Amino acid sequence: MKFLSLLAALMFATTAAADTSITLASTTSTQNSGLYEFLLPKFTAETGITVHVVAVGTGQAIKIAQNGDADALLVHHRASEDAFVANGYGIERRDVMYNDYVIIGPKSDPADVGTSKTTTQALNTIHAAQSLFISRGDDSGTHKKERELWTAAEIATNGTWYREIGAGMGAALNMAAATDAYLMSDRGTWLSFGNTQNLTILFQGESQLRNPYGLILVNPEIHPHADTASARRLADWITSPTGQQAIAEFRVENKQLFCPNAQPEQDSKAFCPSDSAQN
Amino acid sequence: MEIFTTAIGLILSGDKDLMTIIALSLRVSLSATLIAALFAIPAGAALAILQFPGRRMLLVISSAFMALPPVVVGLAIYLLLSRSGPLGTLGLLFTPTAMIVAQTVLIFPIILSLTHQAVQPLNREYISLFNALDTPRFLRIRTIIWDARFAVSVAILAGFGRALAEVGAVIIVGGNINGLTRVMTTTIALETSKGNLQLALALGLVLLVIAFSVNLLTHTIARMGEKYQTVRA
Repeated sequence: MKFLSLLAALMFATTAAADTSITLASTTSTQNSGLYEFLLPKFTAETGITVHVVAVGTGQAIKIAQNGDADALLVHHRASEDAFVANGYGIERRDVMYNDYVIIGPKSDPADVGTSKTTTQALNTIHAAQSLFISRGDDSGTHKKERELWTAAEIATNGTWYREIGAGMGAALNMAAATDAYLMSDRGTWLSFGNTQNLTILFQGESQLRNPYGLILVNPEIHPHADTASARRLADWITSPTGQQAIAEFRVENKQLFCPNAQPEQDSKAFCPSDSAQN
Repeated sequence: MEIFTTAIGLILSGDKDLMTIIALSLRVSLSATLIAALFAIPAGAALAILQFPGRRMLLVISSAFMALPPVVVGLAIYLLLSRSGPLGTLGLLFTPTAMIVAQTVLIFPIILSLTHQAVQPLNREYISLFNALDTPRFLRIRTIIWDARFAVSVAILAGFGRALAEVGAVIIVGGNINGLTRVMTTTIALETSKGNLQLALALGLVLLVIAFSVNLLTHTIARMGEKYQTVRA
């Protein structure tokens, strides 16, 4: 009965008079890791501003912000971010944090990716062995990055071994787990992913695999309804020592997922998984 | 077996986040069903009773729209409600209202077509009586809807089931925002993408239990209605 009464109360409760709220268009990689659930309540407690996160691929997130359906944008593809600002849709891009990409595959590693010295070499071994590779194919930041790496390695990905699935990181990981395929994932989603089965990290730590996140405000000159003041408070807070500290403190299974880099002097002190992997 | 324990545990835990999600699911889908039914039932009955040019065409169109994919509805509503779209000034995108609009559009043709099917045989039965009494159109529609109320309630249920179960439209127009527009189906999609398959399946069971309860309730009401009719006769 307690269940029913609580349900009824919630159903007919008029939405609590929300003071101020902003919409943040962001990526599945940050949402799936649980970062926002850790970070945003701290921000809301300090400022009274609620942040509504719409988590989609970087490409789609940028479109949402371009249409004026968000107040701020937190994504991870530098070239697209710079284009977004250059085209006048966004203002005040700031560095927030980074983590890195890892190449994942079945523990048995039939293509022998594990012994690779460079990312290019790792991709070459997958191609040479014609092993199944799952590509996001959804114009997300991870997908754009992966395409860039294939191009850099000068490998044509037009065989049946290369599968573009047009889905999020989680779906790609689920598919790789089910088919013993290789794929590239951001470290955050990988560490918080629950259905790893036979998969493991086979290659990591090269500087090419760095994955930086940037925060951009939607330009109020193009979208006058955007709450730029509140969005700027979010940007100020996230890049402040308090916000950066909180990002550094975020753990999944006792591992740090994101390295704050808004304040360069703090950066060197922080322990970062990608940095340690490089050593 | 573990899934069942997880599912039962989830329901019994009374976890506030989960309750918010279930409550929003019900609020959105019930609102959409109510609004759609309010217009679709009279429209469906009118299509069975009234004769006018283009009636057949409307019927064909409404049956065809029963096959409308939720993502397409979601996308259309998204473009309409986006700040850059024609209704952008309303600021409704990524709100529960947008989700209600999308589900209403999605289930309107379902309720309409099923009502039409339920009402048509009754109309054939009643038409000579109606004509003999020179019954006004409005009264014909009202009488027939009332007499077909049990079949019509099945049409409403079908619409509600579709609304409650769909994920394609609400995830596009709602954005799956935690605590604001996250419903059962979008939670299931999210948990699946996180690889929490057990939890996702358990949530699916919870959804099924809710759908089952709503159906049971409606059938009980229908049974009571039948008894009442028999007594009256």
